[in-house]
Amino acid sequence: MADEDKLIEQIVDRYDAEIGMLIPMMQDLQAECGYLPVEHLRRLSVQLKIPLSRLYAVATFYASFQLAPKGAHEVTLCMGTVCYLKGAPRISEAISREFRVEPGGTTRDRLFTFQAVNCMGACAVAPVMVVDGKYYNGVTPASALDILYGLAKDKATAENENEI
Amino acid sequence: MTLLSHRRLSNFMDLERMRQELLSLRVVLTKSIHVCTGPGCAAKGSEKLYELFCEAVENADADVEVQAKGVGCHGLCEYGPIVIVQPGEIFYQRVEEPDVPEIFRETILRGRVVDRLLYEDPATGKKAKKAEEIPFYKVQQRIALAYNGLIDPTKITEYIAQGGYSALAKVLSSMTPDEVISEVEVAGLRGRGGGGFPTARKWRSCREAKGSPKYVICNGDEGDPGAFMDRAIMEGNPHSVIEGMLIGAYAIGSEQGYIYVRNEYPLSVERLRGAIEQAKELGLLGESILGSSFSFDIRINRGGGAFVCGESTALMASLEGRPGEPRSKYVHTVESGLWEKPTNLNNVETWANVPHIINRGGKWFAGTGTEKSKGTKVFSLVGKIRNTGLVEVPMGITLRRIVDEIGGGMRDGKRFKAVQTGGPSGGCIPAEHLDACVDFDELTKLGSMMGSGGMIVMDEDTCMVNVARYFTEFLQKESCGKCTTCREGLAQMLYILDRITKGEGEVGDVEELGNLAELLEGTALCALGKTAANPVMSTIRYFRDEYDAHILDRRCPAKECRGLFRYEIDPEACKGCGICLKNCPEDAIAGERKAPHVINQEKCTLCGTCWEKCPFTAVLKV
Repeated sequence: MADEDKLIEQIVDRYDAEIGMLIPMMQDLQAECGYLPVEHLRRLSVQLKIPLSRLYAVATFYASFQLAPKGAHEVTLCMGTVCYLKGAPRISEAISREFRVEPGGTTRDRLFTFQAVNCMGACAVAPVMVVDGKYYNGVTPASALDILYGLAKDKATAENENEI
Repeated sequence: MTLLSHRRLSNFMDLERMRQELLSLRVVLTKSIHVCTGPGCAAKGSEKLYELFCEAVENADADVEVQAKGVGCHGLCEYGPIVIVQPGEIFYQRVEEPDVPEIFRETILRGRVVDRLLYEDPATGKKAKKAEEIPFYKVQQRIALAYNGLIDPTKITEYIAQGGYSALAKVLSSMTPDEVISEVEVAGLRGRGGGGFPTARKWRSCREAKGSPKYVICNGDEGDPGAFMDRAIMEGNPHSVIEGMLIGAYAIGSEQGYIYVRNEYPLSVERLRGAIEQAKELGLLGESILGSSFSFDIRINRGGGAFVCGESTALMASLEGRPGEPRSKYVHTVESGLWEKPTNLNNVETWANVPHIINRGGKWFAGTGTEKSKGTKVFSLVGKIRNTGLVEVPMGITLRRIVDEIGGGMRDGKRFKAVQTGGPSGGCIPAEHLDACVDFDELTKLGSMMGSGGMIVMDEDTCMVNVARYFTEFLQKESCGKCTTCREGLAQMLYILDRITKGEGEVGDVEELGNLAELLEGTALCALGKTAANPVMSTIRYFRDEYDAHILDRRCPAKECRGLFRYEIDPEACKGCGICLKNCPEDAIAGERKAPHVINQEKCTLCGTCWEKCPFTAVLKV
């Protein structure tokens, strides 16, 4: 518990406890924890002397905030106009079908969190998919699945090694 | 170099002296390798290329003087990654990792051109050695993107060597705030974020507004899908934005600025942050800038992934740490904006134009463009076109020249159908209006708008009803929900469009869409809602026949809407390879090997896998 307090304190100090910097504070917290744990948010609201409901309003308004933990990998599929025209919906369908995960969700084995975003600004090389910060351009349903199977395979190998 | 970068510039002469020193140092290094690290090239792995070139430079013999630099977007993303070698401005395209040693050995050490990496004109087969020989670049005119691709955006020294911050020095040493505003007025600069509001008028209103402190904001929340102009500027030349803001702040009388950057652009944040730090070290930001009495600081805020935050009042709400809900603007933000103080907000590209206007004069800037739209405009030219990328063209150029000459025409020999401008608030312009010119007012007349600069080219395979549905769905999801017409009206429009694209449309749907559109335009609170019907109305205006085909004939002419066309196998073209049969998830395809296959229409779920996998394009949409 003490660690949590310390983390919140650090973040609040970083922005001189200025309420206008609430969103950056929550972004830092999410960067640190991977999501926004309720207990942390409660402490943040106490420190800033603002109601928890206001933090909740912010957390649910902005698409980038997550209130639940994410998967081991982050898979982001661009659904911007150009990617859409060039077949992104079919990629999304293929991923949903194969891994039983809807955009915004996480696979049951927590292998990856699947996000569909509006535009990543790499329209010239559409369709674009980003896995853990690495860009893949000109993606097709087949190549997207290959990439994601790669993640599953890496995980299986790692687990096997641990068992040995 | 290290000595230079840590010296605080205490007056205008210092800046000029530093520039001269930088230039004299550069004379020694005539050889350089510019690796594009813009959004497109980076997505194709150019960061790794840059690392490899850096290694090659390090391992080279001591007498070889050469530097490698990562630079901003060159524009021709389609042919990326792009590498330019000096001297000679040799333009290499589609460079891959194995090409690095060859370029280094041949071009840097021996001064020879690697022929196979040059751009080849698809029409004539002629190779181009320099960028300017490529048709894509010939028609362009670069102001906002002038130094993109030339300078390393992570080094302030590169910007200064090109004359960077000299406009700031000029303003601080010899111009009054009123003179600055007048110069921008003469230039006729209008906001590049979409609205096209005259920049000088905004500045003047903010300057004259009562209340302090005053704030300036750079809107880098480039939310339009299909647009990456601002990203390319923030990442390719962040100092041009900072310098523009400094000049604006001086003119308005502000000491605090904010740059609001989209959450999806982490690299933009990193580049801007680095640029701000370096500018502070040199005394170009902070207290008593260049020894004058002017002080200014900039803070960066990252967005949270909400499209509506591109709207000025929503953005300001977000900067105050609240959900980004807009307010009605009967009191303008220049009078009461952020924290209810006078606030001036401009878009990234607008700010980036300012230093050029100060340096070269408003008259020079106004020399380009049309009567009411001056200067140039950056577009991200994307979609079903040959040369996708980032382009900057003089205002007044026709859409046809952009599509045909710069874009190189349609891809795969398809027929042009429409070009979509203005993002989700814009509209689709059909072939018969391709001779319209790029001009704020002209595009609005056509039912579209300039917008921030997304230009998406669509071909015959694009269903215009589906495009309208896509944008409506986008806006419905992004509507903040504060006002009823936007929240409920868009949901109703989406419901109707959904039905139409599923073949369940009814006579009277189009008229109903028109009614809802009128309601939105007249009563929605902010620009998102007011313009939300543009994609629907412009497609109805120009492509009414497609709506009718969906509603009356239950047919999608572009064969995009699932259920309104079938897949069939052309027995003449089918070689009986069995690939479709093997890949069909529903076992809906039957056929003997080496004999034409057939799709069982009852079982087929129209997933399109066969169509995608067939190596002989024997699967047809009918």
